Amino acid sequence: MPALLEMRGITKEFPGVKALDQVDLSVDSGDILALVGENGAGKSTLMKVLSGVYPAGTYDGEIHYDGALAQFSGISDSEARGIIIIHQELALVPLLSIAENIFLGNERATGGVINWRETEARTADLLDKVGLSEAPRTLIDKLGVGKQQLVEIAKALSKEVRLLILDEPTAALSESDSQALLDLMLELKAQGVTQIIISHKLNEVRRVADKITVIRDGTTVSTMDAVTEEITEDRIVRDMVGRDMAARYPARDRRAGSEIMRVRNWNVFHPVHADRQVIRDVNLTVRAGEVVGIAGLMGAGRTELAMSLFGRSWGQGISGQVELHGHVANVSTVSSAIAAGLAYVTEDRKELGLVLDEPIQRNISLANLEGISRGQILQDAEETRVAEEYRAALNIRTPGVFQRVVNLSGGNQQKVVLSKWLFAEPDVLILDEPTRGIDVGAKFEIYGIINDLSAQGKGVLMISSEMPELLGMCDRIYVMNEGAFVGELTAEEASQEAIMSLIVTD
Amino acid sequence: MTTTSEQTATDVDRSIGNYLLAHLREYGLLLALIAIMAFFQIATNGTLLKPVNVTNLLLQNSYIVIMALGMLIVIVAGHIDLSVGSVMGFVGALAAVMIVEFDQSTGVTFVICIAAGALIGAAQGYWVAYWGIPSFIVTLAGMLVFRGASLWLLEGQSLGPFPREFQMIANGFVPDIFPAGLGETIASLLGERRVNMLALLTGVVAASLVLWLELKKRAQNRAYGMDSEPPAFFWARVGIISFALVFILFKLSTFRGLPNVLLTMGVLTILYAFFTERTVTGRRIYALGGNIKAAKLSGVKTARLTFLAFVNMGVLAAIAGMVFAARLNSATPKAGFALELDVIAAVFIGGASMSGGVGKIVGAVVGAFLMGVLNNGMSILGIGIDYQQMIKGLVLLAAVIFDVYNKSKQA
Repeated sequence: MPALLEMRGITKEFPGVKALDQVDLSVDSGDILALVGENGAGKSTLMKVLSGVYPAGTYDGEIHYDGALAQFSGISDSEARGIIIIHQELALVPLLSIAENIFLGNERATGGVINWRETEARTADLLDKVGLSEAPRTLIDKLGVGKQQLVEIAKALSKEVRLLILDEPTAALSESDSQALLDLMLELKAQGVTQIIISHKLNEVRRVADKITVIRDGTTVSTMDAVTEEITEDRIVRDMVGRDMAARYPARDRRAGSEIMRVRNWNVFHPVHADRQVIRDVNLTVRAGEVVGIAGLMGAGRTELAMSLFGRSWGQGISGQVELHGHVANVSTVSSAIAAGLAYVTEDRKELGLVLDEPIQRNISLANLEGISRGQILQDAEETRVAEEYRAALNIRTPGVFQRVVNLSGGNQQKVVLSKWLFAEPDVLILDEPTRGIDVGAKFEIYGIINDLSAQGKGVLMISSEMPELLGMCDRIYVMNEGAFVGELTAEEASQEAIMSLIVTD
Repeated sequence: MTTTSEQTATDVDRSIGNYLLAHLREYGLLLALIAIMAFFQIATNGTLLKPVNVTNLLLQNSYIVIMALGMLIVIVAGHIDLSVGSVMGFVGALAAVMIVEFDQSTGVTFVICIAAGALIGAAQGYWVAYWGIPSFIVTLAGMLVFRGASLWLLEGQSLGPFPREFQMIANGFVPDIFPAGLGETIASLLGERRVNMLALLTGVVAASLVLWLELKKRAQNRAYGMDSEPPAFFWARVGIISFALVFILFKLSTFRGLPNVLLTMGVLTILYAFFTERTVTGRRIYALGGNIKAAKLSGVKTARLTFLAFVNMGVLAAIAGMVFAARLNSATPKAGFALELDVIAAVFIGGASMSGGVGKIVGAVVGAFLMGVLNNGMSILGIGIDYQQMIKGLVLLAAVIFDVYNKSKQA
């Protein structure tokens, strides 16, 4: 079979970061290729290059598609050639019907007037093809995630798809829905649709893929032929994580003290779908001076766990107990959680962590306004003094604390968020992806801050998708998958292979 | 640390330009007010700043200013209140019914009316804060409901007159506490027929207070070497404000002195400026409007604050309603009709942002007076209500376009 798609030497740089470095990828016509790699390895960037989100000219390298050099100027360009991506976050309009969604932007119409008969007849055909028995007029929000995924595929089929790319298609699906989806993929293959699946779930990959390409740190590590070679999950995992850990983490005196936080039987349900349990029976402890990691893939429920602990900011039907210093703590609202000694540094600092249009000093004081007030009256001078203190201590690079935080770089913004929570004087800090989207230098500084916190006897609970970071920083790591803790590793036991195998064999 | 000091150095070089750019809005508002006043002063051959007209100007705009204080907080919190005109009319009607038909005392009426305003604010704020219903919808409903309610209360008729005591809320003047002889001496020195010493001294004290507070703030900023205003700007700004305060109160002192309403308005303005800028709760309202999710995750009780913002708005609308009724000496079913638009316009002209989190009390007050001077000046010139409306509309649009343009330039 000739290659339908060949990407050669793709290199994509962002200011200060080389996201892709000489990546090669090739898919034969009628095959299913699995693209695997850790979070941040460059899979999504590669697919954006392929689909024209990053148009020709903004990257180096060549894309050969259907026997000719392809230079896509945008998504509509690549879609016209039959390349269609189904993203992890579904792009359906909830309050429109299945038929309306499938033909959105591609309406069956004459002179601007929609031909509903044709629309619905064609929708029925497409739904038949993907094995979804729903009426074309059913609204999307009446469907579960699994069925919505099928609608997305039907939508792709409506556009004469030749290369279908599925980004983590089973991440949000139940076991039986996942199996149905994989079956559909094999069926589409039989009909001649070439496909690329991006996935973490190695058993699924092995089930459908003809070839497996592993990407790590923006380069192609290996390509395996699943038809001719014997492929074990061990081998894939080794290729996915096999990098040496450089001295990117400042040394710390590891000396854990007495227990300061314990969570017992924590259960949380989804805020909208009350019957969907998102966190299952989580138990954890944090000791003074200890940095405890929570590892897991995207969608494992780590952020949901953290936010539900922090004043029930996420979910409903929450049950379980939080003990701080051996006593049951009231963490029912954010302000009581702060008062009890908890702090939560969000993974999304712009949306959830900062008031971007306000100056640095006002952001730092926000969680502890009492700390800069006499009575209820703010002391401006005190506020400025505090902000200056944190600016110096955390090395926030800015002309002054009156600067609005929107003007700061990611790393400096993150230091402002950390300052806010340090000033609230917590005993336990939950850090959710504390180094996401910031450069290497600032990362190192933030690791230093975390070490200082532990030296001061505070407990740190750290969520990260970057496994080396967890391995480099943590005394102990909980491994989370599908809402439950599936393992606990000490720093000595922990390795990327050990964590990955706990997740993939769960 | 070298990079930091280099950055600071270059920053100082650019500071005047940056400063002007960052504060263009505040200077612009002040300059616009001065320019408009100067224009009408000349166009009306000096009628605009005649003592009797200055007094009128203050009385005419008092209820808008009072409501603008509450509206600023609502808008900073990220909401809007369309019902204030109707609520104001309703409370005026309630006052009239209580006094004229049920013979209640001014004191009792005052307390009941304030309570009614708070209750109305609570009833609307409840749905906005705890049910997440858009404030635009809730208060649009409130606007209709309370317009209807005042018609019903008044049975479609005007109701009045009020006893002298109640009228004093709007039309009274603070008695001069200084001996008459002192006023006469000063008057003869200044070549005026009479001078109300209380009014004049209030102006002097207010101007000194402004000067003292500004100097204090400047010293504090200096101490941290941050964002300091160039001296020429500082003195020009403080000079103009101080002069304006003394000038206006001098004008008032040569007429009937200090109106009760000005005192109310002044005290409320100072209280609310202090509340929004210097208290913990005030600060939290800005954070809530700036980023409600981040505020919530920082322990701010966002729903409760939103609720209270509407309760406060209701109370201020009630005060404005009584001032308005007292000024007209009767309650009419049309009182406050479309006034919410003037109030909202004043807040936006004063620099508040539609998306919340930005805006100042002083800005809203200046915005209200800017509209007031426009109204008053155009009326003196005999410009028809048709043109007046169009001009006011364009002024509002221009102010907001200026804001958006200014912001895009900064970013």
